[in-house]
Amino acid sequence: MIPELGILRRHGKQYIPDITAPKVPGPFKGRPEISTAAVDEAALADLCPTGAIGKKPVTIDLGKCVMCGACSFAFPEKIKFTSDYKIATNSRDRLIVSEGSSDPIMLDESKIRSEIRSLFGRSLKLREISAGGGNADEGELNACGNPNFDMGRFGIEFLASPRHTDGIVITGPITKNMAAATQICYDAVPSPKLIILAGTDAISGGIFAGSPALDRSFLGRYPVDLYVPGNPPHPLTFVNGVLSLVRKMKG
Amino acid sequence: MTAVSAVIRNQGVIPLTRIPVVSYPEFIRVVDELMTGGLHCVNYFAWAEGDMLKFIICLANDSDGTIHLLMHKSPKRTGLQLDALSLQHYQLHIFEREISENFGVDFTGHPWPKPVRYAWNRADQSKLINNYPFYKIDSDELHEVGVGPIHAGVIEPGHFRFLCNGETVLHLEIQLGWQHRGVESLFLTKPGLLQRTILSESIASDTSVGHSLAFVSLLESLAGINPGETLEMERTLALELERIAMHLGDLSNVNIGMAYQLASAVFGTLRTPVINYTQTWCGNRFGKGLNRVGGSHYPFNDELAAKLLDLMNKVEETAKPMADRLFGLPSFLMRSESIGRVTEAQTRLIGAVGMAARNAGVARDIRVTHPFASYRNHPIESQTLTQGDVWARMMLRNLELNDSVYYVRDLTRTWMDTHEPVSVPAEEKKLQLAADSFAVSLVEGWRGEVCHCAVTGSNGAIVHYKVKDPSLHNWMALALSLRNLEISDFPINNKSYNLSYCGFDL
Ligand code: SF4
Repeated sequence: MIPELGILRRHGKQYIPDITAPKVPGPFKGRPEISTAAVDEAALADLCPTGAIGKKPVTIDLGKCVMCGACSFAFPEKIKFTSDYKIATNSRDRLIVSEGSSDPIMLDESKIRSEIRSLFGRSLKLREISAGGGNADEGELNACGNPNFDMGRFGIEFLASPRHTDGIVITGPITKNMAAATQICYDAVPSPKLIILAGTDAISGGIFAGSPALDRSFLGRYPVDLYVPGNPPHPLTFVNGVLSLVRKMKG
Repeated sequence: MTAVSAVIRNQGVIPLTRIPVVSYPEFIRVVDELMTGGLHCVNYFAWAEGDMLKFIICLANDSDGTIHLLMHKSPKRTGLQLDALSLQHYQLHIFEREISENFGVDFTGHPWPKPVRYAWNRADQSKLINNYPFYKIDSDELHEVGVGPIHAGVIEPGHFRFLCNGETVLHLEIQLGWQHRGVESLFLTKPGLLQRTILSESIASDTSVGHSLAFVSLLESLAGINPGETLEMERTLALELERIAMHLGDLSNVNIGMAYQLASAVFGTLRTPVINYTQTWCGNRFGKGLNRVGGSHYPFNDELAAKLLDLMNKVEETAKPMADRLFGLPSFLMRSESIGRVTEAQTRLIGAVGMAARNAGVARDIRVTHPFASYRNHPIESQTLTQGDVWARMMLRNLELNDSVYYVRDLTRTWMDTHEPVSVPAEEKKLQLAADSFAVSLVEGWRGEVCHCAVTGSNGAIVHYKVKDPSLHNWMALALSLRNLEISDFPINNKSYNLSYCGFDL
């Protein structure tokens, strides 16, 4: 027998049919839920390695959270991480989860520029810029296009030349040494164009926040169209986040 | 004359006062003697203490598992000159370059005194990353090709400068530093135990388990904590799973470069259940969260063990027919044999480690020579090939994949038979690190030798932290492999090494 046939048969179908629905296994950390139980808030906020926890009311900023789980181990009655991976949004404020809330994290429809859905709804080409990314963020973005997650079926793809793309995706905390290249690459993308930040490091600097080796001034110059939290962001978080930005999703 | 140096073993701790501090000429003499005798450098760095600059070298003896330590020191001043040791022992070139960049030391006679990564706290701030002193060619016949820092794919940034004669590459110069995040200084300015642990997981996130294992082992040795056999087995399983996942990913990626879609898809999709397994264990596909000082938040259990055995069967059953087919395909052999060849002599010269050494006849594997975690009581066999080409790097991954599958199976069964309860991670306030000491921790990550070192002060606080990713040695292997190769062979050759940018840039 031609060996490829056996290999192909075993390979079978790999794609996830409904990208909005799969369950993520295990103790995956997605959207946190914070109860209203009274705890030592100062101790809770202090233990967080990235200062993601706010007090009165207790909040978790998913733009800063590196998903280490330490808060939920120390205060299980207060903090639980659900496996809800749909945590991307276009509003920086909506990344902050407050106690007592179990609402899903949604996009702020009023902030989506009108041309985004008309132009990019069926085809969105992106240029990725790793600016201090640790190679997990990049790995997960690559996985978005693999045979499992297969975002190419929605017309979403990473391309090499910024000239051929509709926006940039930044990973990493943006190093000083990549600051100029980031700007040059963004400038090379034709307008209208998107900026997507993928991963906690890109959104806030993550564990690298405050490092003198960073230069995040690029982010002060332009509005961000989508924040995709995670350390690294799960492919399902990225694909669903981008889809809800460029298409009107049901429900 | 016998060498004077302090001797410790992997994950050993030693009071600083017991490490001989010798004059620089004596330092050169002893290091030369030890390295001529076959020891290789696992770290050589400097740190400032008051107005002094202290230097320490760690030389590993692969035949008896020892690590030799030796120091020298000089008053910190601009224009400090020292004779370059790289002239005798070329593998030291990158360490001397780094010391030079950080502290302005002028290593006279250094063959290649160029910046390493343009660290934010480099001595000479007038040197800028966009103005790197590339080698130039003075010829109307030759041309240069520059690529990066941003590359075609979704990968990290780096700059490659090819000096070419037509399609043939005469020399490739690799300029890094774009990813520099200031990791080593953050280890001091973010002193929380959890902060440091997360930093260690983020040095190179494709080696989260490898780097964080080096970190937690280092801290445990400084704190006098014995993690116990069960925890060590669990950590070792995680490390081998990281190796399996990354090897599968690389087998897939090189096949993308070769346009062999089937192998790329089969190996690539097989990586998915492996990293999803890690997620089932600890919530993260890259193993972040698993390694913690003194214990674990995610103790292994019988259900995970049973699933792991199933997974290993799946990996073996799926990978083997694909590998059999791939390595028998004439088109694959044509694209991989003799492509990107580095000789054994070159490999020794540049001090390559891990896979970049083992594909070219140099049997360097910390799991075997300086065993840690479960490799002490459950030895693993390591494979060495001699060809040093793309084929060897692919075949080595295939062989190591199989070995890891067998090893994981065995260790899982041992865990099932012998495991004891694992405690929760140590409380930070109860950790007391040895004062005025030096500690070194070596781990064989999937790329090779990861080395973390710490220096503590009088109250046990860490005053200097040093990280070395295997890529620090190995980028030079990629540069050498390109010589006299067609430039179009660069992508597969580069993928066949898959070195770390952020691990190098720190
Ligand atoms: S899980 Fe997030 S919020 Fe909780 S301690 Fe870790 S980083 Fe902070």
